[in-house]
Amino acid sequence: MRLVLPNPGLDLRIPNYEDLEKMEKEDGDRPKWDNKAQYILTCVGFCVGIGNVWRFPYLCQTHGGGAFLIPYVILLVLEGLPLLLLEFGIGQRLRKGSVGVWRAINPYLTGVGIASMLVSLLIGLYYNTLIAWIMWYLFNSFQGPLPWTQCPLNDNRTGFISECQQSSTVDYYFYRVTLNASASITDSGGLQWPIVICLLAAWTVICICYIRGISTSGKAVYVTALLPYVVLAIFLIRGLTLKGAMNGVKYLFTPDVDELMNPTTWLDAGAQVFYAFSLAWGGLISFSSYNPVHNNCMQDAVILTIITGLTSIYAATVTYTVIGFRATDKYDTCISENIRMLLNGFELPEDSITASNYNAALHHLNSSNPDTVFGLDIKTCDMQKLLSEGVEGTGLAFIVFTEAITKMPGSPAWSVLFFIMLLCLGLSTLFGNIEGVVVPLKDLNLFPKKWPQEALTGVTCLVSFIICLLFAQQSGLYWLTLFDNFAGSIPLLTIGLTEMIAVVYIYGIDRFNEDIKFMIGKKPCIFWQISLRFTSPLILLVILVFYLVTQAQQELTYLVWDPDYDEFPTLASVPYPSWINVVIFVLAGIPSLVVPVYALCRLVFVRCKKKMKPEKDINQI
Amino acid sequence: MLEKILLLLSLSLSVAEGLCKPGVGEAYKVRFSIKTALGDQAYPWNKNEMFLFRAALAFAMRDFTNGEEFGVSDIHPCNETQRVSFWFVVTRPNTMDLVDKGTVEMAIKKSRNRINGAFLLTDKTLEFDGIYPTLAAPVSPDTPPWLIVFGVVMGAVSVGIIALLVYPLVQRKLKKNMDADDEDSDEETGVKTAENGANDGIYNSTFSDDERFTQM
Repeated sequence: MRLVLPNPGLDLRIPNYEDLEKMEKEDGDRPKWDNKAQYILTCVGFCVGIGNVWRFPYLCQTHGGGAFLIPYVILLVLEGLPLLLLEFGIGQRLRKGSVGVWRAINPYLTGVGIASMLVSLLIGLYYNTLIAWIMWYLFNSFQGPLPWTQCPLNDNRTGFISECQQSSTVDYYFYRVTLNASASITDSGGLQWPIVICLLAAWTVICICYIRGISTSGKAVYVTALLPYVVLAIFLIRGLTLKGAMNGVKYLFTPDVDELMNPTTWLDAGAQVFYAFSLAWGGLISFSSYNPVHNNCMQDAVILTIITGLTSIYAATVTYTVIGFRATDKYDTCISENIRMLLNGFELPEDSITASNYNAALHHLNSSNPDTVFGLDIKTCDMQKLLSEGVEGTGLAFIVFTEAITKMPGSPAWSVLFFIMLLCLGLSTLFGNIEGVVVPLKDLNLFPKKWPQEALTGVTCLVSFIICLLFAQQSGLYWLTLFDNFAGSIPLLTIGLTEMIAVVYIYGIDRFNEDIKFMIGKKPCIFWQISLRFTSPLILLVILVFYLVTQAQQELTYLVWDPDYDEFPTLASVPYPSWINVVIFVLAGIPSLVVPVYALCRLVFVRCKKKMKPEKDINQI
Repeated sequence: MLEKILLLLSLSLSVAEGLCKPGVGEAYKVRFSIKTALGDQAYPWNKNEMFLFRAALAFAMRDFTNGEEFGVSDIHPCNETQRVSFWFVVTRPNTMDLVDKGTVEMAIKKSRNRINGAFLLTDKTLEFDGIYPTLAAPVSPDTPPWLIVFGVVMGAVSVGIIALLVYPLVQRKLKKNMDADDEDSDEETGVKTAENGANDGIYNSTFSDDERFTQM
């Protein structure tokens, strides 16, 4: 297959094999990994993020439990693995960050690198806000009882504040005490000072960890990449010993093979694989460029895929033991409450109705005195419904999990452990993120050359902190959801697709194969050839098209926390204001459009220059 | 004589029972949940426990009204159920006048802990229908603990940043001093040994081609 687009001057722009060998022997000023373990840990930390804890288990459970693993593993191998090899290989071969790599392949493609940088920046902004929230909860975990176990009292001290009474202590703590959420995105309110302080802490921590580039972050990953595994193990042991844990695990893994017929299952699996691997952010290309030339990148891609897949399943199991425990506890409370109402209503002795004969007793009472039973307003206790409640995203970490932790003995310790784990997961992803922002900025010569690495990191963190204050407002939660939905979805898919096409058809898959042979010693086998040329781009294209179609059809609404809503505490679904379309265009459109727009601008500039040059020659004569 | 007294007593009792009508007037409902509170160590409900209740309530009335000599006979229970719940009314000492609900409520609120303690129960397991317990305010320390932890973290990070920025400067200064010392000692011996020159070779970048990009 010789389908390669013409690409003149490629050999002049990239180092050839002799240069690579020479660079290998000499000690250049390009940063290097201290050892292979640092590199692997950094990549693992980058790929294994908060999404593994709060997105994958939800997807697994809603799309048929154990059966979801089938599309997940298939797409992991067909989509994730080739893209990983591509990014690792091209970074290691061309020894540049994301902008440098695409500029070397073809100067018209620099837009891909710029798009990667913009996307990394936008994602980094809201990701670090999540880290700030996690830090807030972490700081508040060092007290017993935990502050989200009790509602504050109302004015005459006879009851709790109505907002807290109607929803729950954890809801109130998250939406009111932490965020002070306003009722709409237009109502920005003032700055929430606790969040501003936590944002400051979050950006300072990132700044110090990345202050000298990978020489400092490479040391930090020993903690941030490994600690989550230790904490997950502790939680696994604790979780399995809790009552009702197995209910959760069974619910998670019970396979429902019919779900495999549903196309959304495959789409969600594909999207999850793509985002989980942090592809198209530019960070992985940068990290591989610091490797020695003959590093076995194919092996690294396989190792990383296996580790990410296993970690997702591991984290899902731990999450669902805790969810099962919480659901069982809520179910038991519901039943006890109903029993109490029946005993009080019918004046029966205390032990006459227990949990075991509850159903029989209710049936008996309902048949003999249906009116009284109806008057008592008995709620139905549904275990399945409790297991499926709000278990994704921020809802999982800040509401479901925090509630479950309050019911465990020794809750402050568990809370501290849990939030340290989330903090480490988030920080290690942010290292890759900030690498994907700072290195392209350096390559684009936007900073003066004299500035040391410390100044670059400091300025980037400072500017990002100031922009992040947008999320510290009372409407910050809604802005964050907006960014999450639009900045991180379509642009990444577009960039990923463009990367594949660029490497396979513009750089040339044959040249890439030769490079791999030079670096590792053997050519990629037939699996890689087919997947890099056809299957992976095709899968990405299908996911992108479906995404665009579903987004275009969806009504632009969002969920708000509104105490005045009729069905409070359910979140109200409110349409976005019309100016949000501009914001969405900035978030999703601009990074995607940078690629063609940059190429066009460059084309125009080159043509103009060519026109001016003959004129200059004539004038000189 | 005896018959007259007996007649009077039974009359008063029946009048009193007439006073205590569930849901009407000044009557309050009480509910005990002994098995929920004490589990295996629950005591059975019997006439003695009822006597204790009446005594405790009489104490509460005495304590609130500051001396009016309420007795056990001034507390009249009725409609006792298997749930262990019943209604009761309170009459003024030596009369059949009912004490109004408000006074009873305030008396119970004042001595709630004592009444609970007498039965080894809590506000939740010894319920007076309509009298809501005053909730204890949640404990809030003077300095919020989160500020303390935040202070520790920021302190550590700031120290780290300063250390990372200052350390290379200090190292460079030390190296300069060491180099100056070395040069002095070399001038004395006059021999420039191979060790001094060959290790720190300067990478001459003139001969490597960094800028491989085509001109714009």
